[in-house]
Amino acid sequence: MTSHDDSDDNGITRRHALECMIWAGTGVLWTISAGVPVSLNMLGEARAAQVPSKGFTFLQISDSHIGFDKAANPHAIDTLKEAMAKIHALPVKPSFMIHTGDITHLSRADQFDAADQLIGRAGFDVHYVPGEHDVIDEGNGRAYLDRYGKNTKGEGWFSFDQEGVHFVGLVNVVNLKAGGLGNLGAEQLAWLADDLKAVRNSTPVVVFAHIPLWAIYPEWGWGTDDAAQALAMLKRFGSVTVLNGHIHQIMQKVEGNITFHTARSTAFPQPAPGTAPSPGPMTVPPGQLRSLLGITDVAVKRGKANLAIIDSTLAEK
Amino acid sequence: MLRKQVTRRQLAAFCAALGLALALPGPLRAEDAARVKIDNFAFTPQDLTVKVGTTVTFENDDDIPHLVVATDNSFRSKALDTGDTYAFTFTKPGEFPYFCGLHPHMQGKVTVTQ
Ligand SMILES: [Cu+2]
Repeated sequence: MTSHDDSDDNGITRRHALECMIWAGTGVLWTISAGVPVSLNMLGEARAAQVPSKGFTFLQISDSHIGFDKAANPHAIDTLKEAMAKIHALPVKPSFMIHTGDITHLSRADQFDAADQLIGRAGFDVHYVPGEHDVIDEGNGRAYLDRYGKNTKGEGWFSFDQEGVHFVGLVNVVNLKAGGLGNLGAEQLAWLADDLKAVRNSTPVVVFAHIPLWAIYPEWGWGTDDAAQALAMLKRFGSVTVLNGHIHQIMQKVEGNITFHTARSTAFPQPAPGTAPSPGPMTVPPGQLRSLLGITDVAVKRGKANLAIIDSTLAEK
Repeated sequence: MLRKQVTRRQLAAFCAALGLALALPGPLRAEDAARVKIDNFAFTPQDLTVKVGTTVTFENDDDIPHLVVATDNSFRSKALDTGDTYAFTFTKPGEFPYFCGLHPHMQGKVTVTQ
């Protein structure tokens, strides 16, 4: 409890404690119970319903790039198979999966079909958001929406609730502007503001999108132009977790109440920011590839303020 | 800058030599065609100057697809996989900035002269 380390998933940071005090002054009293912020209303009635009663896990995979066959990984389908085998072997079965985009390499029907055979028919509920590689069909995204757009708004964004946690899937890979980065757009931001209205400050929120919602390396396009507007809407929540893909490597940052995390790809690695002339598939010596590909397991646990994010590579047995 | 000057000088010499022949319709000559290579997430040359009627071919040499889009939407390629090309003939003079529809930080410009 004394830890001031932002990455400590048990710790309540000094800044967080300050926020609790501020909120106490505006009518919501927060009490910290076993590390979980639990809100009490002014009558003292416990309002812990938003806190998960027992806990669950969900699984993130990203950037499967089905159809990719270049030197960096001639068999992207095989490494996706290995990733799915790893998921099936997990000691705790995930409640559901999220795929943070670039399902396919070229948005081709046969590539979507192959991905669906492996991911969609594995017995999990899967929530998808598109990557830029999933919206380059002739219809500029029609193929993606035809498959995954059911129960979504606009270009494929949506939200849902699972055991007291609010999940939001955002699309930041369409209508990209010259010279810009990822883009959410005014319509989606308006929807998000409306969607969050009914969500209590004490509800843990998980937001996922393909391109990182924080500026990792704008020189390579690794950021989202209007992410700040979305993040401003998320400031009032006690616990926010932002999960992205796109950069094919793990990056993590904690800023106030928000934990940002990017996942590995199941297809090929990319260079660390600024370490190569450009982003793109990175060919590594044979035998190293699987140590740079992987999956991300996220645990929502009672008694923890933040979600526990556990990355594992395809090389780990 | 140097590249642009050389190109202009070459074009001037070419026009002087051929005179009116340039204006006549005929089979595609090498001088009517120009190439933009897409490599390491960049367009090369980034600034290209051509004469009206020139067909510019964009060729993707990266291991990742790119997509060429005019900022004013006057042209748009399909997604270009490795080795794929997209050709567009510029029929009007002017400046035509373009970018990659997948990686919009990638930008280039074609200047079309009379
Ligand atoms: Cu591109």
